[in-house]
Amino acid sequence: MLEVRNLKKSFGDKKVLKGIDLKIDKGEVLGIIGPSGCGKSTLLRCINLLEEPTSGEIFYNEEKYDRSKNLSNYRREVGMVFQQFNLFPHLTVMENITLAPLKLGILTKDEAVKAAKRYLKKIDLLDKADFYPNELSGGQKQRVAICRTLIMNPKVILFDEPTSALDPEMIGEVTKLMRDIKDTDFNMTMIIVSHEMKFIKDFCSRVVFLDEGKVIEDGTPNQIFNHPKDEKLQKFLSKINTI
Amino acid sequence: MNIIDSFYQSVIYDGRWKFILEGLANTCIIALGAVVLGVIIGSIVALIRNYHDHSNKLKVLNFLAKAYTDIIRGTPSTLQLMIIYYIIFGSVDVNIVIVGILAFGINSGAYVAEIIRAGVNSIDKGQMEAGYALGLSYKQIIFSIIFPQAIKNVLPALGNEFITLVKETSIGAYIGIVELTKASDIIASRTYDYFFPLMLIALIYLTITFILTKLISRMEVRLNHARS
Repeated sequence: MLEVRNLKKSFGDKKVLKGIDLKIDKGEVLGIIGPSGCGKSTLLRCINLLEEPTSGEIFYNEEKYDRSKNLSNYRREVGMVFQQFNLFPHLTVMENITLAPLKLGILTKDEAVKAAKRYLKKIDLLDKADFYPNELSGGQKQRVAICRTLIMNPKVILFDEPTSALDPEMIGEVTKLMRDIKDTDFNMTMIIVSHEMKFIKDFCSRVVFLDEGKVIEDGTPNQIFNHPKDEKLQKFLSKINTI
Repeated sequence: MNIIDSFYQSVIYDGRWKFILEGLANTCIIALGAVVLGVIIGSIVALIRNYHDHSNKLKVLNFLAKAYTDIIRGTPSTLQLMIIYYIIFGSVDVNIVIVGILAFGINSGAYVAEIIRAGVNSIDKGQMEAGYALGLSYKQIIFSIIFPQAIKNVLPALGNEFITLVKETSIGAYIGIVELTKASDIIASRTYDYFFPLMLIALIYLTITFILTKLISRMEVRLNHARS
């Protein structure tokens, strides 16, 4: 349902992505791993067109998307969760979740509040609906941010290092929510950039190893983690295992 | 001349307090009109420049906006006032108070634009991206996510600009607007006694700016609860 063709991205002279080809099917849960600076996050941001690719194409349901188009509908279907949560600090939890559906006229005020309450109940934060983001813990913020994405009814969610900014004891509550999403909606496609190898290994249905802006290896978690073929991947994994 | 006599001569005699009242009214009208005009111009200029930085569109408008801020900030406001009065409206019969509102509003707009721009630039890039990722448009993001946070951040600077503006209106005396300063000048030119008229209007300016300061800090407190 999502396809990236020969995607290249440079920042000035620095080539970050050097031609990525990737096809992602509906319902797939794809993990992207690789050393820092290999272009994982840039790839995600290009898929959402928050970064404009230098060259290459992005297809969603056979339709090509680029910055010259109105991307509102595309981005509603392809949601994104950020490392730094990016909640709106001047709005309450409830307002954070309901802002987009109200502004875009997708839901009425009553519907939006009802839906938001349903999500907040699911993550046990209903009592925090009128709190401001600065009154929440990191784990709570990220869970609210995920609800904010879910209320748009996305078909794909891009997770850009969703647990990297969290204290260790809060990582579990976010990954649990991600598991819940996967278990309740089998059609949800997810692409996850993360350094949590253990989580990637048992959560994802497919893993891609990126290095120096290229896809080096692509396979099931078992293939990638237990039977790595490429030398770079072997090195990467051995480094992680020694930590 | 004793103090009571001096007060009588400066304020009571011949209804001279009416000058002060007229001056106060004009100062307030000009300051208020100029603040409104300045905020409108400043917001539009800031929006144009931000949209240009963001999308690389509106090149001509951006050039004009930048030229406007550079020219206004690079020339004395007295000179701007005189150019608008003697040259632009030189051959037109126009209410001098309106000239004042225009001149001070146009002047203030340049400073307000820079203040708002600084405020918008102070907002984390992630806010814009989160808005886009939810499918919101640039316009929706600017007005419901960026501006509310930016205004809160620059409220002290904006307040400062408004206070400066109130005091700046005193140069309206230069082209003959009967605002507070001119009013005191008129009275003093009749009594040859500068003490009372000047002290009186100093007190009035102080009162106005004091009230403004209070109002702004109250707004800051109200907006503060959502600080991240």
